[in-house]
Amino acid sequence: MNILYAVLVLGATASVFGLILAIASKVFEVKADPRLDMIKDFLPGANCGGCGFPGCDACAAAIVEGRAPVNACPSCTGQQTTRIAAVMGVEVQGVERRVAFVRCNGGNRAGHKFEKYVGLEDCLAATKLSGNGHLDCSFGCLGLGSCVKVCKFDAMHINSRGVAEVDRDKCTHCMQCATVCPRHIIVDMPYNESILIPCANKDKGAIAKANCSVSCIGCGLCERTCPNHAIVVKNNVARIDYDKCTACGKCVAKCPRKLLINIHDDGRVAPVVLKRLTDAPEEM
Amino acid sequence: MDMTRLLSISLGAILVNNFILVQFLGICPFMGVSKKMDTAVGMGFAVIFVMGLASALCYPVNLLLVKLDLEYMQTVAFILVIASLVQFVEMFLKKSMPSLYEALGVYLPLITTNCAVLGAVLLNVQENYNFIESVVYGITGGVGFLLAIVLFASIRERLQFSEPPKAFRGFPIALVTAGLMALSFMGFSGLKVW
Repeated sequence: MNILYAVLVLGATASVFGLILAIASKVFEVKADPRLDMIKDFLPGANCGGCGFPGCDACAAAIVEGRAPVNACPSCTGQQTTRIAAVMGVEVQGVERRVAFVRCNGGNRAGHKFEKYVGLEDCLAATKLSGNGHLDCSFGCLGLGSCVKVCKFDAMHINSRGVAEVDRDKCTHCMQCATVCPRHIIVDMPYNESILIPCANKDKGAIAKANCSVSCIGCGLCERTCPNHAIVVKNNVARIDYDKCTACGKCVAKCPRKLLINIHDDGRVAPVVLKRLTDAPEEM
Repeated sequence: MDMTRLLSISLGAILVNNFILVQFLGICPFMGVSKKMDTAVGMGFAVIFVMGLASALCYPVNLLLVKLDLEYMQTVAFILVIASLVQFVEMFLKKSMPSLYEALGVYLPLITTNCAVLGAVLLNVQENYNFIESVVYGITGGVGFLLAIVLFASIRERLQFSEPPKAFRGFPIALVTAGLMALSFMGFSGLKVW
């Protein structure tokens, strides 16, 4: 008898509460935008923060509310962006794909202060060493892989020279690598451009030359050669303006340091950049 | 109503029999959401809110159980009440007070299975509190929770800048801290109001 009571009472209470909750869920229903869930599905879900919002959910909410453009996610491929745009009922404007680029190609061709660096495997820790890192060059990539660790898309690797290098096909331009690099040599550039100047050394020519065999010495030959005035030497280092560059390749041929690289020459396209940087002729 | 009794119940719930540091109930949120001060405060207020409501709602349920000789069903019945209560409150807040809902955020559903809330309700029964006393005990128990978690969060925020030995970093040092805090709260055990 007692058992029956227990079952009945608990069952009754549970049913009452269930009923109240069922009614409450109707009464207090808050209509969420169905587009929100759809957009969430298209976003990568890596929560990389590249869009400037705290995570993919916040980005989806911002897109739905119109606070962010449909292509706010830098990690989305064109197809995903098109789908998001379709959900929102707008057209995507053609957006140039951009990727990260490491302005250094020194690695084992740069002078080292010690035979071997045995400290913490972290670039920031290495820069705290006396004399600003284990390289002679105080601007170059330390090759300890802080950017590799932070990359959520497996697009950053230390190549055989010991320099961090971007896999341009995997790179989603979230630029998390740039935020952790203590040298601040990771920048962004258009995916389709082909002339690279992988050096950030601001030292005067003689010092830059002594520290690394592939450093920019600021001679200005590329600046004078460029028919479009796309290259400017400032602070002893050449920078290229991709808006003006036509990828004619004259600068690459002229550079006395064999520093400039054309990743599109001999008919090959971007993905070979990883190979090409390491294949470039050794200048010891 | 005897004010002195209410006062001694409150003081007991906040300090002498603090839910976290003396009775060791609700340790999970105490460790889990005490990394930052503002989340700790949010959690504390959510607990006050739910504990007070649960105490009030479980009182008539308990009367019903006693009448039917079903006291042994208390735990099950109370969990049922608390879970549905939290669900209901969540829906209500989402509709009518979105800002409060945002502020309490994920902590509200977290409390559903918090043993501090269930503990408060069961202790109400154990101590034979009447309705008002139950509600006061529930709310002040929540205040005690808030006090403990805020103190703990402020210590943990400062711990971020200290350098304990590597093996102690993170949770170990937090547990040591919690242990020391519990010891210090033992000092209140001699406290008597009247």
